[in-house]
Amino acid sequence: MQSERERRFPGPRRGQLLFAVALLFFSVLLLSQIPGQTRWVARTDFFAQPRFWPAVGLIAMTVFGGLHLYLLPWRRFRHADGTEARKWATVVEYAAWFMGYVFAVPVIGYLPSTLIFVPLLARRLGYRSGRMMLASVLFGLATVVLFKGFLSVKIPGGMVYDYLPGAIRSFFILNF
Amino acid sequence: MDTLLSSLEILARWDVILALVVGSVGGVLIGAIPGVGPAVAIAILLPATFSMDPIVGLTVLLGIYGSSMYGGAIPAVLINTPGTAVNALTTYDGFPMTARGEPRRALSLAYSSSFFGGIFSVICLMLLAPVLAKVAPLFGSREIFLAALLGIILVIVAHRGQSLIAGALAGFGIFIQTIGLEPVKYSKRFTFDQAFLSSGIDLIVVVLGLFALSQAFLLLTSDDEKIRTMKLRGGLFQGFRELMRHPRVAGVSASFGVMMGMIPGVGEFTAQFLSYTYAQKTSKRPQDFGHGSSEGLIAAETSNNAVPAAAMVPLLALGIPGEALTAMMLSVFYVHNVVPGPGLFQNSMDFIMALYLALLILNVLVVVFLLVATRPLIQVVKIPNRFLGICVLTLSFVGVYSLRNSATDCVIAAVFGIIGYILKRLSLPIVPIILGMVLGNIMEVKLRAGMARVKEPFDFIDRPVAMILFLAILAVLAIHFRHVLQDRKSLKEAEWQSKHRSTRFGALLFCRKGSLSRARGRKVKARHSTSYRRSTERD
Repeated sequence: MQSERERRFPGPRRGQLLFAVALLFFSVLLLSQIPGQTRWVARTDFFAQPRFWPAVGLIAMTVFGGLHLYLLPWRRFRHADGTEARKWATVVEYAAWFMGYVFAVPVIGYLPSTLIFVPLLARRLGYRSGRMMLASVLFGLATVVLFKGFLSVKIPGGMVYDYLPGAIRSFFILNF
Repeated sequence: MDTLLSSLEILARWDVILALVVGSVGGVLIGAIPGVGPAVAIAILLPATFSMDPIVGLTVLLGIYGSSMYGGAIPAVLINTPGTAVNALTTYDGFPMTARGEPRRALSLAYSSSFFGGIFSVICLMLLAPVLAKVAPLFGSREIFLAALLGIILVIVAHRGQSLIAGALAGFGIFIQTIGLEPVKYSKRFTFDQAFLSSGIDLIVVVLGLFALSQAFLLLTSDDEKIRTMKLRGGLFQGFRELMRHPRVAGVSASFGVMMGMIPGVGEFTAQFLSYTYAQKTSKRPQDFGHGSSEGLIAAETSNNAVPAAAMVPLLALGIPGEALTAMMLSVFYVHNVVPGPGLFQNSMDFIMALYLALLILNVLVVVFLLVATRPLIQVVKIPNRFLGICVLTLSFVGVYSLRNSATDCVIAAVFGIIGYILKRLSLPIVPIILGMVLGNIMEVKLRAGMARVKEPFDFIDRPVAMILFLAILAVLAIHFRHVLQDRKSLKEAEWQSKHRSTRFGALLFCRKGSLSRARGRKVKARHSTSYRRSTERD
């Protein structure tokens, strides 16, 4: 049965202990690196030291993170914490998809990589119908036209565009 | 009058008008889609606005900020799912109205209340602008440092029940902004000899990771839901007539919105809570609240829409953003070398008035758009969650990559995306990280400048504004600790499940220390005397 302290905790139980331990470990680790990673400058005020603000941030992280861990209503890991950690790991796949897209753009160009990335990811997520595939292609096209063509955001042309003939090449580099 | 005319001149440009239309329509659309929200949209569009004039870029972003709450009311009323986080309270009374067959009345009331809140706050701030222009120059480095410190403390204590983790995450934000080359002594801080860390971690990269990418990950790992929407019949004007029957609730709620919006770190939730509580306490039918009360809906929607304009006050007057969305807008100012703060109020009053006028026009545009386009707009809530995730992921790329064309920025954004995803899964706050970054940077610069002329600690607060801010910090901390103690006491009471025993046992023991020790002394004396007698008897 849930205790009053557990019932009043804002948020789910799964993963809380794991996160609190990881945060405290990370904070202590960084705090221990302060002497090597920051400098104490002679003849400079205490508050103007380059070390001062990193120390403020890390001490706040450690003290508040430690108190948060201490006041958590749970002290033991449960099976649900492991399941939650595996859930966190699943997003690494989507982060990898994102990075794949990032690395593809300078090589094959913004338009082609978007037109490949969006429908492919839609397929990976289980959308198979022609309607959803068409929607993903149209969405990709609209995004490129809006941002690169209309708003002229700074996204470089793909390396493959160099193989296109003169006028088309510059058109593609500028708009797609 | 001259200021008003010159501000109108600033707005009378085709690109500003286009920005107003795009911002208002885009904001409503984004608000109407549950799971996206204005923070994601602003984070994605932020780099695209860097190439625009400050007034154009800010108008688009303000448009999204101001109009998303209108759109957010649509799914809140029709499918019991708030479009944006601040529409959560709208579901309390909006959805019960829909359930009893009055969706048109609920939507119409939500729109009219939002409109009233938006217009009320803009008019208040336009009237208040001359006062702010006089007060803003009183803020020097020390005062701005103290205001930023107050802001960060308010952000932490506003997360009631999560203050400790909010404090740790704010510390994380302060730490992140220190990474890289220190600008005065040129010494490296936490770069681990990595070249990509020397230039520091960009705020926008972190914002995009924590808001946009994390939301994309959350949507991609969620399930698609089948959503049934209701058909709307008839006009949407009746809400305005109904709103006029509750001028007190609307007026007080809008005032709460304006006041809470102006205080850094407080924002919509507190304003809504105060307004809703007030409306319920003063209502003739308090039992209807949560079951489709029109006053409840008016309180929730009026107060949240009064906040965006008011939230611009600390940003424009002091350069201190009070929450994540205005923190993002601050970067638009920096990119264009426009430094928000006392100087802006003194020198560019027409620019500030233009922004307020833009907000005023925006509210009118949004209401007109909603009155015409609500029926087709309802369909956007049907977009599948995971497909929405793909869209947000694709658009996030534009935001991150267009900054510096750097794959490293994308890696950093992806890492923060995962952190944001974990925080969202655990229902932990993200905003303290962003405000820690922004306010941490302001505090570092202003403390260094402010301490240059300080010989004794008291010198730091010897000016009136500094003293007021310092006392405000002490008051906020005192109130917070009082709340913590009260929560602790009520927890103990609930744990014991009965109140017949004291929850202040230690304090009571201390008060009765004298009588208890006297009683104890009497007992010991009596025992000793008895044992002495016994020993005598044996002899």
